[in-house]
Amino acid sequence: MTTIKLAFQLAYKNLMGAGLRTWLTVGVLSFAFVVIIFYNGLLDGWNQQAKKDSIEWEFGNGQLLNENYDPFDAFSLQDGHGILPDAGEKNLVPVLIRQASIYPEGRMLSISLKGIDTNQATLKLPTYLLKESTAERPVIIGNRMAASINMKKGDEVLLRWRDKNGSFDAANVTIVGVFDSDVSMVDNGQLWMPIGKLWEMTGLENHATLYVANKDYKHESIAGWEFKSLDLLLKDINDIISMKKVSGSIMYLLLLAIALLAIFDTQVLSVFRRQREIGTYISLGMTRIQVVALFTVEGSMNSLLATIVGCLYGVPLFIYLATTGIAVPQATQDMGLAIADKIFPVFGAGLILSTIALIVLSSTIVSFLPSLKIAKMNPVDALKGKIQ
Amino acid sequence: MKILITAILVFGSMIFYQNFPDGNMILQKVDDNMSSETNITESQMIIHGKRGSRTVISKGYTQGHNKSFTEYLAPDRDKGTKMLKLEDRLWIFSPSTDRTIQLSGHMLRQSVMGSDLSYEDMMEDRKLSEMYDVKVVGEETIDLRKSWVLELNAKVEDVSYVKRKLWVDQVRYVPLKEELFAKSGQLLKKTVMSDITKISNRWYPKKINFKDMLKDGKGTDFVVTLFSLM
Repeated sequence: MTTIKLAFQLAYKNLMGAGLRTWLTVGVLSFAFVVIIFYNGLLDGWNQQAKKDSIEWEFGNGQLLNENYDPFDAFSLQDGHGILPDAGEKNLVPVLIRQASIYPEGRMLSISLKGIDTNQATLKLPTYLLKESTAERPVIIGNRMAASINMKKGDEVLLRWRDKNGSFDAANVTIVGVFDSDVSMVDNGQLWMPIGKLWEMTGLENHATLYVANKDYKHESIAGWEFKSLDLLLKDINDIISMKKVSGSIMYLLLLAIALLAIFDTQVLSVFRRQREIGTYISLGMTRIQVVALFTVEGSMNSLLATIVGCLYGVPLFIYLATTGIAVPQATQDMGLAIADKIFPVFGAGLILSTIALIVLSSTIVSFLPSLKIAKMNPVDALKGKIQ
Repeated sequence: MKILITAILVFGSMIFYQNFPDGNMILQKVDDNMSSETNITESQMIIHGKRGSRTVISKGYTQGHNKSFTEYLAPDRDKGTKMLKLEDRLWIFSPSTDRTIQLSGHMLRQSVMGSDLSYEDMMEDRKLSEMYDVKVVGEETIDLRKSWVLELNAKVEDVSYVKRKLWVDQVRYVPLKEELFAKSGQLLKKTVMSDITKISNRWYPKKINFKDMLKDGKGTDFVVTLFSLM
């Protein structure tokens, strides 16, 4: 216990004595510490927000897809639909998707025409606007779609679609609402209308491409329909976040490597230049292991200082960012992932503690390795200061 | 009085329609004029866009209604692309990928080389008389040529356009104009044939303009530069 106390006292004294060299190492290490926490906190914040928004706007409590419908194959929309009796009693919201074209300002734009039950409360889509509207063919669109076709609430646009036999039909639809969602998958290139109206327009009475489950849904196997659980639907988001974490780690591991290299270098130099000191410790009765421990503590104390310094400027910064959020460019929000206007980073205790552990552990290892040389030293030669 | 008026109207309309020839007969004559056993054409497809026009040159070999082969000669981007149509099946060979793919389902509804024509439009080989009830509804003069106005209403369900209007030259029996309508009556596409030329006792339009009426722009011109009957 006394040895450890002595080791800390000596380490502190030596580090302070090294002056600028110590503070440079501590500075780089603390920066790596703050960057690791910031980057991972940002990704965790995005992850939480993306999952919450995707569940509220798109996935519900899972989706039941027609077996012929593949969300990644637009051509499967043609035949990927069917009738599921008693869907309402099974806590499912029907959604019928058809391909169509709109002609805003004389240009053609291919869109997905989606019919949804206007009484639903599973998704945050403001379908009540469709129910309340008196327009012949009411539709709601997202703000990204509204911006891309340069239209607003109350505007009319010509829609061309095909019925179940493939015959063309065309008529004006009225935009009765523009919603603001972070989930571009319910917004970009899409028109939402009452499913009853879409059934009437296409002749596909009671058909649905998919059903969105609410929180009371209990899945039982249904022939012709494939259930996608929430875990499966959120897999893409999880995969992207994991990938981002790995790619981002390269940047902060480089920073960490620079700091650790500085510690390693200092340790090698200390063992070489302080041979007389090492010899004296052993002559005074310290074992070689105790001397190794003393030098290791001195090296790893860099990481403790870095943690303290990092906290001094990192904590206020993290509190500020977690409160005000970080603005995300519009172009990034249109990429198909659920990204809000602002991401609020989440700095959990687990993240902070694991980062501290990573810094302390790695700096202890790089301090320990050069100190091992002490164990092989001849104490007499060391006292004489002979180069070993 | 009501009966009298109704009788006059019915009788009057019968007289009126009796002045026009039978629509099916006109369609048959159009078919006889336009159809040939085998032909080879070289053509230019001029696609007019907002940022200018581009021209796609192709050479086509057609046998009857159901078999055709087209090779694209220009521009460099499309050069070497080949298209084979056998009855209701269509294959495309792309030299850049060195692959042959068969188009089916929704893929047939895509635009051909960015034009106003879809593969489905090109694939249509059923006779109009098989798909539509034909009625002659009037006569008009187009480019100094007197023509019959034919109204075609679908009698089968699986047609893209439930209603068409066709203007047919009264002497040459070659179509001069066609309009395609949606179920709601909205005009969707318009085709104008011009530069009618006599080739081996048959009359052919050497220039056809396809126009999507819901879009701005001048549509797509299809110009036949070489036509030979075999």
